[in-house]
Amino acid sequence: MPVKVSMTVNGKPVTAEVEPRTLLATFIRETLRLTGTHVGCDTAQCGACTVHLNGRAVKSCNILASQADGADVVTIEGIARADGTLHPMQEAFRQHHGLQCGFCTPGMVMSAIDLVKTTPNPTEQQIREGLDGNLCRCTGYHNIVKAIQAASAAMR
Amino acid sequence: MGDMNLIGASVKRKEDYRFLTGAGTYTDDVVLPQQTYAVFVRSPHAHAKLRAVRTDAAKKAPGVVGVFTGADTAAVGGLPCGWLITSKDGTPMKEPAHPILAKEKVRHVGDPVAIVIAETYAQARDAAELVDVDYEVLPAAVDVRDAVKPGAPAVHAEAPDNKCYVWGHGDAAAVDKAFKAAHHVTKLEFANNRLIPNAIEPRAANAVYSRADDSYTLYVANQNPHVERLLMTAFVLGLPEHKVRVVAPDVGGGFGSKIFLYAEDVVLTWASKQVNRPVKWTAERSESFMTDAHGRDHYTVAELALDKDGRFLAMRVHTLANLGAYLSTFASSVPTILYATLLAGQYTTPAIYAEVTGVFTNTTPVDAYRGAGRPEATYVVERLVETAARDLKMDPAEIRRRNFIRSFPYATPVGLTYDTGNYEKTLDAVLKLADVAGYAKRKEESAKKGLLRGIGYSCYIEACGLAPSNIAGALGARAGLFEAGEVRVHPTGKVTIFTGSHSHGQGHETTFAQVVADRLGIPIEDVDIQHGDTGKILFGMGTYGSRSLAVGGTAIVKALDKVVNKGKKIAAHLMEAAEADIEFKNGFFQVAGTDKKKAFAEIALTAYVPHNYPLDKLEPGLNENAFYDPTNFTYPAGSYVCEVEVDPETGVVRIDRFSAVDDFGNIVNPMIVEGQVHGGLAQGIGQALLEGCRYDPETGQLLTGTYQDYAMPRADDLPAYQVGTEKTPCTHNPLGVKGCGEAGAIGSPAAVMNAITDALGVRDVPMPATPQTVWRAIQAKR
Amino acid sequence: MYQFNYHKPASLADAAAALAKNPDAKALGGGQSLIASMKLRLSQPSDLVDLSGIAELRGIKADGGGVTIGAMTRHAEVAASAEVKKAIPALAALAAGIGDRMVRNMGTLGGSLANNDPAADYPAAVLGLGATVNTNKRKIPADQFFKGMYETALEAGEIITSVTFPAPKKAAYVKFRNPASRYALVGVFVADTAGGPRVAVTGAGPGVFRVPEMEKALAAKFSPESVAGVKVKADGLNSDLHASAEYRAHLVTVMAKRAVAAAG
Repeated sequence: MPVKVSMTVNGKPVTAEVEPRTLLATFIRETLRLTGTHVGCDTAQCGACTVHLNGRAVKSCNILASQADGADVVTIEGIARADGTLHPMQEAFRQHHGLQCGFCTPGMVMSAIDLVKTTPNPTEQQIREGLDGNLCRCTGYHNIVKAIQAASAAMR
Repeated sequence: MGDMNLIGASVKRKEDYRFLTGAGTYTDDVVLPQQTYAVFVRSPHAHAKLRAVRTDAAKKAPGVVGVFTGADTAAVGGLPCGWLITSKDGTPMKEPAHPILAKEKVRHVGDPVAIVIAETYAQARDAAELVDVDYEVLPAAVDVRDAVKPGAPAVHAEAPDNKCYVWGHGDAAAVDKAFKAAHHVTKLEFANNRLIPNAIEPRAANAVYSRADDSYTLYVANQNPHVERLLMTAFVLGLPEHKVRVVAPDVGGGFGSKIFLYAEDVVLTWASKQVNRPVKWTAERSESFMTDAHGRDHYTVAELALDKDGRFLAMRVHTLANLGAYLSTFASSVPTILYATLLAGQYTTPAIYAEVTGVFTNTTPVDAYRGAGRPEATYVVERLVETAARDLKMDPAEIRRRNFIRSFPYATPVGLTYDTGNYEKTLDAVLKLADVAGYAKRKEESAKKGLLRGIGYSCYIEACGLAPSNIAGALGARAGLFEAGEVRVHPTGKVTIFTGSHSHGQGHETTFAQVVADRLGIPIEDVDIQHGDTGKILFGMGTYGSRSLAVGGTAIVKALDKVVNKGKKIAAHLMEAAEADIEFKNGFFQVAGTDKKKAFAEIALTAYVPHNYPLDKLEPGLNENAFYDPTNFTYPAGSYVCEVEVDPETGVVRIDRFSAVDDFGNIVNPMIVEGQVHGGLAQGIGQALLEGCRYDPETGQLLTGTYQDYAMPRADDLPAYQVGTEKTPCTHNPLGVKGCGEAGAIGSPAAVMNAITDALGVRDVPMPATPQTVWRAIQAKR
Repeated sequence: MYQFNYHKPASLADAAAALAKNPDAKALGGGQSLIASMKLRLSQPSDLVDLSGIAELRGIKADGGGVTIGAMTRHAEVAASAEVKKAIPALAALAAGIGDRMVRNMGTLGGSLANNDPAADYPAAVLGLGATVNTNKRKIPADQFFKGMYETALEAGEIITSVTFPAPKKAAYVKFRNPASRYALVGVFVADTAGGPRVAVTGAGPGVFRVPEMEKALAAKFSPESVAGVKVKADGLNSDLHASAEYRAHLVTVMAKRAVAAAG
């Protein structure tokens, strides 16, 4: 039996009928065609699929679309300003070379925003520990840590 | 005016905006009209006979568009290997068939048996469970040491002893003689642990066939689309090369694993014609673990002969290299050509002999992974050197200094000629950067906390810039290793570059644009870099082996030279001067000794609006291409120092500081280069501390098949790195660059393991040095 | 993932009815373990009964010196709760270390306990603090709740509503993480409670368990040295590619010692 799901995604209301087994990540990527949210694993560990659900970072590959019914969802496509100006976290990643291939980046940025929200002035160690849900294979994390440090200052 | 001093500037990356806003286009993001989705049915056994593959139920399942097996693809050729290795007895390596879908046997867990194509991914996955495969399970050869024992199960009938080749390199007699006369011999025996590449973007492909012109387009997460196309058309499918377009769009990391032609890419391309619809497959991570070519997996006995002053006299190395179940695209060359030729390291060791046995096992194929052979070689050399220093009670820096190569060019006894280098300089720099002088005090402080501190060095060298085609050919390569580039100057003076290199994180769109903008004296915003599409790019050998800037960048420079030369002819005509008097500087063609000049854009416009133009002598337009085949490898080198703290109660190793000084020759974008070093270090440290692919030694089941069991380095596993560079420019390419992509992964494992063995006071600890492994080493010592 | 029917009841009674109707139905908390296992097709419920619409299952309230936490309360909410931090800081710290950031924003207390993964953190706190698991049918003392690997005292159709944690005099949880999964290879929760010291171990065995020898030693003197010499037997402990039973047994003592030290 298909289920009807309605939610707000990046400020816009969306409604669709989906199979109950549809994951939020699949809903975002396939139904809404917002392909910035990436899927890098099948055991909910890489964090590339991270989006904000009612303001908190969650792994969209490990949540049913139904679980987000009625929720406010923000994806990587929804955090820059309407005129294209990058969110301070995105800008900091750019300035500090916190990305290489770009695949983990959307999830990394969404997690990092959540991190700074819950730990407004993080130390290097808090940042490293706070990225426990995100894997990056390119950067060795060094510049991601620097970017988040810089963004936390900019977001204050 | 153009941007001045672009070379050496940390220009922010042009590609970042799209990646940061979710606007990149990776293969799985591509959805074509009439799209279908594929799932592969894979062997759950390491070794089994296929008694029957029944597809009736799957074919009737909802949404299914097609189901195909090895029998359906019987006419399709097997996957080729790109490098012929000849055994020391003169026989060619064994090359058993590598079918795209298993035929009579399956040979590793994950070996594809059938493809199921349906309207949706979920339907394909549901239907795949209905494919009924009847297996007769056979005993499996798993560990490389077991596989060469008499009576081990044979993976292929063509190689009853599981040996693909027994390859020798160097002067065995000279080495034996030197060992007999040696004052001391340091011997080590160790495994170089098997790794799973784990680019965060899983492999993916989407193939579409067009009846309109009998052509195919394959979107694929790949590092070298032209090579993919050539291998697939000429060697497997027998299709006309010009009827196949391969597009590698944004690719989410490769690290070697996306160089190769994989069965799935071929099956999809073939099947797209059968179902006459686009067919997409994206690997689940569990499939990536089972089917992306793995890396390393050596078992080595290594010996170093020294005189009483610590001078190296000879080195002898015997390696068993696990090749997995089939020969992947470059599998044969990695543990031979890319390994044994590097065993001289930075030292004047006069005699070296290496013998490598390539071994088939019932495991996933093994091929190039970041560093590819050179990390294994560095591990052998640098573990031996450090251990020898301990044996002889010498300072580990001093023993290296005594043996450094100091005069260039230098021909090693293993076949390479280093053009330039300054190893003392990087060693001196890293000793300072790492504050080795303050180490003793730090060790005392650690001891006060009950922790064991250790320090380890590693001085690596690598051969990059693959490769002079004639040398590679003489060594068995079945392809050239040049690169191609095209410079398209538009009428307004804007420039599009088409490069055969491929960026999957390396930042070519920025680095290459810096080179072009600098050479043409135009703003970097006026330059775009295109790559990854055989429909756009003239040709390409792709990106691996730290070759992009040294080889691909040089091809662009050669094409730029042609553009400038033609521009000079046009300028000479316009300014009524002799061509020989035209200088090109800072974006202007100027008549030498006068103030008469024309901007680059004016010349471009003239080329496309040739009203006043020497049409009798010169074609209009401004578009040039070049192919560049390097005359030698490049030889990046560096010195690394690692300091660890070990908790003796738990075995936990913490890297307290990691310092790296690399010599990459000239550097175009220091920010990007540092990023490459960071990433390489993370993978090397990952190999040393965390990552180890494990199979059940009896059944061949993959035990580390998800991130639950394969330990990927996370942010808090790794330190902040201290990196520095020294510059001795490469002597044989115009940019003076050497390559930086693999260095970190090559140099770091030995530094980490030298530090851990120092902390523990033991001769060896196996990689990965997990807490349990280190705890056991401590227990064993007690 | 296999097909299933999805329900989102608004009341506990409706949820219980939906679960009772289908023997293969499962309750869905945050789904951080369940969805992951369904994705790998390791779990095939006929129906999922999503408990997130039931208001009474959420929230944290101070409760006679301790805290009662609703079953659908997210780990991140427990970690950030002023009430929890005040009454049982060790519990807030434990919640702050479960899984990872995104798991903590979604995963729930009730879901974790009902699943009873042998390497989960919450069971150590529940058993270590001698908490009470409240369900729609009864109150289950911690010592009777956990029944070994993925097994609990919950009956069919029984739903955890909340957990009441009494405040200890002092407590701490120290975890040694699996280097790959980051689950507890060994986690030890030590508490000095009104009923005496309690030591609960997760990750090491097929399910969370207490170590009476350590508790006895701590009753005599609550100090790290008291447990440093107490070895647990390796027999029956988990053994896998990350840690042998011997190594786990060794880590139990080390982590217990460190937990006692951290409890102060």
